[in-house]
Formats: sequence, C-alpha cells, structure tokens
Amino acid sequence: MENKTIKININGKDFEENINSNLLLIDFIREKIKLTGSHIGCDTSQCGSCMVLYNDICLKSCSVLAIQMDGAKITTIEGISDGDNLHPMQESFRECHGLQCGFCTPGMIISAIALIKEKPTPSEKDIREHLEGNLCRCTGYENIVKSISAGAEKMKG
Amino acid sequence: MHASFVRSPYSHAKILKINISEALKLDGVEAVLTGEDVIKWSEPFVVGVKQPMEHWCLGVKKVRYVGEPVAIVIARDRYIAEDATELVNVEYDLLPPVMNIESSIKSNAPILHEKVKSNIVSERNFNYGNVEKAFSLANNIVEIDVEYPRNSCTPIECFNVISEYSDENKSYNVLSNFQGPMALHPVMAMALKIPGNKLRLRAPQNSGGSFGVKQAVFYYIVSISLASKKVGRPVKWVEDRLEHLIAATSATGRKSKISAAITKDGLLLGLKIIQYDDCGAYLRAPEPASLYRMHGNLSGAYSVKNISLKNYVVLTNKTPSGLNRGFGGPQLYFGLERLMHKISKVLNKPHLQIIKTNLLPQNSFPYKTPSGGILDSGNYQKAIQKAEKDGGLEELEKRRRGKRKVGKLYGIGFAAVVEPSISNMGYISTVLSHEERLKAGPKNGAYACATVSIDPLGSISVTIDSLPQGQGHQTVVQQLVASVFSIDPKNITVSSDLDTHKDGWSIAAGNYSSRFGGAVAGTVYLAAQKLFLKLKTIAAKNMNINVEDVIFQNDLVFSKNNPDNKITFSRLAGSSHWSPDTIPDAMAPPLRETLYWTMPQHKAPNEKDEINSSGSYGFIFDYCGVEIDQNTGKVIIDKYVTTHDAGTLLHPEIVNGQIQGAFAQAVGASLYEEFKYADNGEFLSGTFADYLVPTANEIPEACILHISTPSPFTPLGSKGVGEGNSMSTPVCIANAISDAIEQDKITLPMTPPKLWGLISKKEDLPKNLNLEITDEKKKISVELYQNYTNKKFWKYIKNKLRNIV
Ligand code: FES
Ligand code: FES
Repeated sequence: MENKTIKININGKDFEENINSNLLLIDFIREKIKLTGSHIGCDTSQCGSCMVLYNDICLKSCSVLAIQMDGAKITTIEGISDGDNLHPMQESFRECHGLQCGFCTPGMIISAIALIKEKPTPSEKDIREHLEGNLCRCTGYENIVKSISAGAEKMKG
Repeated sequence: MHASFVRSPYSHAKILKINISEALKLDGVEAVLTGEDVIKWSEPFVVGVKQPMEHWCLGVKKVRYVGEPVAIVIARDRYIAEDATELVNVEYDLLPPVMNIESSIKSNAPILHEKVKSNIVSERNFNYGNVEKAFSLANNIVEIDVEYPRNSCTPIECFNVISEYSDENKSYNVLSNFQGPMALHPVMAMALKIPGNKLRLRAPQNSGGSFGVKQAVFYYIVSISLASKKVGRPVKWVEDRLEHLIAATSATGRKSKISAAITKDGLLLGLKIIQYDDCGAYLRAPEPASLYRMHGNLSGAYSVKNISLKNYVVLTNKTPSGLNRGFGGPQLYFGLERLMHKISKVLNKPHLQIIKTNLLPQNSFPYKTPSGGILDSGNYQKAIQKAEKDGGLEELEKRRRGKRKVGKLYGIGFAAVVEPSISNMGYISTVLSHEERLKAGPKNGAYACATVSIDPLGSISVTIDSLPQGQGHQTVVQQLVASVFSIDPKNITVSSDLDTHKDGWSIAAGNYSSRFGGAVAGTVYLAAQKLFLKLKTIAAKNMNINVEDVIFQNDLVFSKNNPDNKITFSRLAGSSHWSPDTIPDAMAPPLRETLYWTMPQHKAPNEKDEINSSGSYGFIFDYCGVEIDQNTGKVIIDKYVTTHDAGTLLHPEIVNGQIQGAFAQAVGASLYEEFKYADNGEFLSGTFADYLVPTANEIPEACILHISTPSPFTPLGSKGVGEGNSMSTPVCIANAISDAIEQDKITLPMTPPKLWGLISKKEDLPKNLNLEITDEKKKISVELYQNYTNKKFWKYIKNKLRNIV
C-alpha cells in the first residue's frame, strides 16, 4: 500500500502524518489523532454518525479518504466548543432531552450547526429535511428537532 | 490484534475445504482461526430444547445462513485483517436452502440439522379452559391468518468485543458492549469449556443503543475469545454495518392463525391459536423465548377464558433470531388485534366497541389469565376514555368521513395491548413438557441487584445491574436516591457498567424485558431505604435523640424537636467511617447496602402449563388515522394517539423519550423495515440504503397520554414502558390501513409498492414498478449484493461511496 504524508488542520491544530493511502478520514481522526467523538454507524454514508465540518459544510468522514483531505481544515465535535463550556447547540440537546444513547449525537450536532450557518432560523420542516442523512435509533427524532430549534435561538446569543 | 470474519456467501452449503495459506502470507496477518480450532477448544452452545443440534461459534462442516462466520483472520490492524479475509479460500458444496416457514415445514424440505430430521425443532400444545365447548356455543367463528416479518431495531453502534486469553490462568477477560441477560454468561462459559469464574466479562457504562439486539454479541464473545487464545494476545473486533444487518440477529418472523368463537355481540368465548416462529438457522439462546415471553398474557387485555395454543419452532436458512424490542409482543398482538378488527368487520360493528365488549372489567385486578399470568393492576376503561377524549377521537372520525367523501383512502386503526415487563426467567422452560421440567429442575424468578454506599465525604455511589444503553437509568436512580436521603442529586454517582468479578449480579441482570422501572429502580429504592434507616439510627445516637425524631433535609440532619441540634449530612457520613464507636452496637458497620430483590409472584411453570411470564403488566391503547396516497401507495400517518398506563411514572420525560423511540422504530417496522432474502437465499438488505430505517421526515409526532394505576407488586408501583409501542403500533397502523383500503391481507412492512399493488387495478400499473429503488445509492446497493457474493464487496463499496458524500 502506498504511503503519503498529509497536512491537515483539525480543530485549529495542524497535523502532519504519514499514512496509508487507503485510510479513511474517520479512521484517521479516531485512530491517528485519537479524537473519538466522531462515530462510525454504517461505513456507507447513510447514518451521519461520522459527520465533521469541512469549511462549514458537513462531511461524512467515513466516505472520504484521509489523503483527499490534504491541506483541509476540519472541525470535529471536540472542536466546536472551548472545552470548558458546551456549544449552545450541545446545551440545547442536553436541555431538550435530544439524546438517549448519544451515539448519533455528535453527527446530529455537527449537522445542526451546518444547518444554522445556512439558515439561522430553520422551520421544523427545514430541520427534518436537513436531517435526512442523520439516523437516530433511540429518540424518534422528536426531541432532536426540538433541540435544534432551541439551539438555533441560543446560537443567536 | 484485530479480527475480521470470513463469512459464508451462501445460505446453505457444506464446507469442503478452507485454504488459509494465501491469507497467512499477507504481511501483518498473524493467524486464522477456523472450525478445526473451534472443535478443539470449545463446545457447541447449549440449546433451549432437547434436540441434537450443534451451534458452534463458527460454521463447522456446514453453513446455514448467509453471513455465517467460517473463519477469523487475526492481524496487526483492521485494514490488513479485512483484506486478508478475501484471501481465505473456502470451497463450498451448495445445498438447497429453505427460506420461509411454509417451505421449511414441508415433508420433503431440505433439512438444516440432519440429526433432528425435521426443521420443526419444537412443538407444544396447550389447553386452557374448555375451547371445544366455547366453539360449540359460538354464534360465529372468525379466523385470521397473519405474518410478522423479520426485522431489527439496529442500534447505530454495532457490536464490539475485546478478549484477552490468559494461558497462565486458562481464563478469558472480555470487554464488550453486551447488554445481558446475564443468563448468557454460563452459556458462553460452557461453550468455552471453562468454569464461570474463568470468564470475566465487563460491559461499559455507555453503549450506543441496543433495544435487545446486543444480547446477540455473546455469540461473538466466544469466537473472539478463541481468536485471542489462538494468538496469545488480546484481540479486538468491531462489527461493521454490513455484518450487523446480514448476520447479527433478527426478530423472529411469525406466521399465526387465530380462530375466535364469538357471540353475536362480538364477545370472545374462545380462541384457537397456532403460531410458527421462524428462528433462523440455529436456535440460539435465549430462543425460543420469543414464542413464550407472552405466554402469561396470551389473551391480551381481554377476558376470554378458553384458549388452545399450538406452538412450533421452525428453522430456516436465515440469521438466528434473538432479542429485539417488544420480543414476542409485536408478533402476538399483530394476530390478536388484527383479529379484533376483523371481528368488527364481520359483525359490522365499530372496532372500538368490540374491544370494549371484551376488555377486562375495572375491578378485576390482580387478574389471573387463563395461561397463568397475573395482571397486577390496571383500569383499561379509564385509559380508553382518556384516549378518546384527550386524543380527539370524535374529531378524527369526522376527518375520516370528510376525507372519504372526497374520495380519499382514509382509515382509523385501534390497538389495545398489555405490555409485560420484568421477565420471570422461568418462562422459557414452558417450551419443555412438565416431565422434562421436573427432570431439569424448576426455573423461576429474576433477581435485581443494587448497591448503595456512602463515602467519608458524604457523597453516594450507586451500582445497578441494568446495563443501560441510553435509557437514562443513571438519571432516574440519582433522583430517586437523592430523594431518599434528601441530598443534592449532584452528590450521587451511578455506575451502570458491569464486571462479573466485582459487581453483584444474577442471571437476570441486564437491560431487557423493560425491567428497570419495576425491578431495578425498586431495588435501588429498597437498598437506599435500608441504608437510610441505618444512617438515621447512627444520627440518633450521635445527636442523642430518638430515631423517629431525626430529620434529613437539604443535606442537613437535625432533631425534629430542636432544629439547632444538627449535623451536616457529610459530617454524619464521615463520622460513621472515622469513628466506629459512634455506630450503635450490633449494627453492621459499613455504610453500604447490597440488596437483591425478586418477586414472589414469579413461580415456575406448573403442571397445568400455567406461567406468570412477567412480573408486571402495563396497558396501552393506541389509535391512529392514516391516509393512503392513491398514486404511490404511500401511507401517511395523519394522527397517532398512544395512551399508556405504566403505573407510577418515575421520570415522565424519560418515559416519553422511551415511547417516542419505540414508536419511531415501530413506524419503521410497519412501513419500511424488513430483512429480505431472495428465494435462492441471497441476502438483500445489507446496507441502510436497503434496510430502510426511518429518518426524521418519516416520523410524525405522536400524541402521548398517561394514566397511572400503580403496580401492587413492584416496590415503587412502576412498570416497564420501553417496549409498548413496539407491540401496539405495528398492528394499529395495519388496522388503519385495512380500514382505509377495506382489505384483510395486510402484511408488514406496508411499503408503497406493496400497498400500491393492493389498491391499483391491472390497467393502471406504472411503468416503473420498482418504486423502492429510486436514487443513486440504492442502485449501488443492488450492485453491491452481486459483488458481495463475488467477494469484492469491501473494495467495491469503499471505492463507490468515496465519491458520494
Ligand atoms: S459512519 Fe459515516 S455515515 Fe454512517
Ligand atoms: S441517541 Fe442513540 S442513536 Fe441517537
């Protein structure tokens, strides 16, 4: 397997790593950088558990190779807040009971933040449509949708 | 080291040869575990029925379902292990598969387990009351044939196992996201040919969903443990989604036929029930429990006294079945509640009237069912009344009239369901005859275990045995214990991880049968109370007052008569640790209580085959309005009302979260989800593009209502609530569809093409009938199946999907 060195910025920090060219971005993030907040739920780009932000756009990191991300700036769930306080969207998930097992939650929150960037005041329908690529098996979505509405308000400050 | 499985692409075949030499040549590959090792180092899993079946932790000599593991590659990293699985060359001799119950029970069917000589591995008849007499007195006999599909709640996190073999101790140390029941611990230890204490099993505090499904990881704990033995190092395996969908587990499929003897008013005089369960290729523990979990509540919410039942356990060339939210409930109630609907159609009376005619009267609790269940409490009439009024049934009926007037297909469905919780572990032995049970020794009960302890700084630690995966057990316990000691919940930590070497557990430990609310929370409460009394006695001695005068309030302890005579909670706790002298004589000193609790109502099945299969029984009454899009066959759930009686509600928000979650999964089961196989046994649901889990767009908001009749049998009066909608919703939606299209034969999932086939006439067949396969991803997945059998699956999927983000 061919090796390649890539430079990548994750959560504001620069990394330079020599990696196998078949390494998926999600495995790079979890195994090399040891940020395990992004999860793997399907491997085939349906569930959204592995979502990260790539220039404010949400990206399913199970479906790109790490080498394709050479030079990219990535934000994972660990990078959305300062580490002491929760991001308003996280707070809102907590308050609105927007998670049960929490496995889908990092992806949901990344997805929600990307939505709010695009549409600061999304309607319920907007939210539901936007979540098309994020599966949750625990909550039935009801409280996730509520969390995102409330989070959008909070993000206005 | 990392493990990757070599799996059978065929549903039924003899294994002729496994050639591992090419795989071993790949740099980074350490070893390959095959059937030879498995025969040497392990035993087949024990089976719940007395039959000569062998279920090893890898396919040995034969494979019986697509995805059955035949070898494990153990390598330095997972990528290498996965690549090497393609280099393992397995030669098969194909056998004809049996893919459904009908073909499996035919006399000339290919046999899965030759020594059994039949694919029906268990057959039992039961008779309660006098069914023949009931049928001879009937004004009318109504019959229904139904099928319930194989599906799964597919947690978003898949299975994980890390096992470490110690050659020195001949023991295994396992960390896995197993969810219990711990009754499977002896099953694993026996398969590994070791005493129980040589299998240390740890399950983590958090796990990404389970819904019963992660029970099935036990099968892999054994094979990964052998893999560790093979290489003498710890081995890790993380299941991927394809493996999960193809081979993890499935709810049992069921075919049932129910006949009802009724009066002219629709009163049930007797029921004849025949059930065939499709348990897949092996009867894997705790199966055939699906068929018996509902045994005590066979008659549902109704007062019918005469029941005959024939149960058959059937094997097919599919993934072995196992726990899945609702476990036996969706299957039973799909038949029973479709029957009630049919009776209403036959008699031309409102469906709800037929339900009400048959409901158990208000004052009949605790009620002994014909099959031995003891329904602890309830007020079914009150729940229905509330649902009608607060849910707006009249409005909904008006809406149906309006829709129908303008030519729409609109229907209303109902379902009344008894939701059992806290399984009596002895119910599974109902599959054996009374004589067999006598020989095996009685089985009954289900211990819950909790430990509450106070440290020298006055904070409290609680350990529970319920192994939750997101159901908020920790939160509930924290609040419960805080209320007992009147301290800040922040000072309470709850551990829900489990270590078989250190924690209190019994075979009943785990997260299943909705046992938390009734059993586990109750046990915590009793343990906390006991410790509280102890602490109160210590406080009385300390403060020189009578025990009954000690008051605990807001982290303070003081005298009722003299509030100035006080001490902080943490000080009291500290002194009990630091100065044993302050502890009254004859009192066990440590500030720690471990309590085991079980129910006296949990008896073993008796000679009449009566069994109180659960400890507590809630009630659910649902109704919904659905509209069918006549152009596409799509079902639109217009309104859904679900009313629950789960006794005392410990945490209403968490309860509603459970209801919403179960409801969403049940909508999936009703309309989208099914493990599909082609007739030749090929598996057709290998990705989430084919096994369609609902997204936020498909799940409507349900109107949730509650009434509460506390259980007299559980310490807090609470009952399980997590599985109810898995039982009530599929049949409620099916009844609404049946009402809308005025047809009887409703099979789930009611996908648009299926429904469209029912409502359309031949002449307006659409050009593209393949409605389910619409977008790019779905097309890919069809190609994927073909490629899977060509063993290029992984490379293919990754290359394809890398380009679609
Ligand atoms: S793991 Fe990437 S979308 Fe599911
Ligand atoms: S909270 Fe468990 S999958 Fe969403």
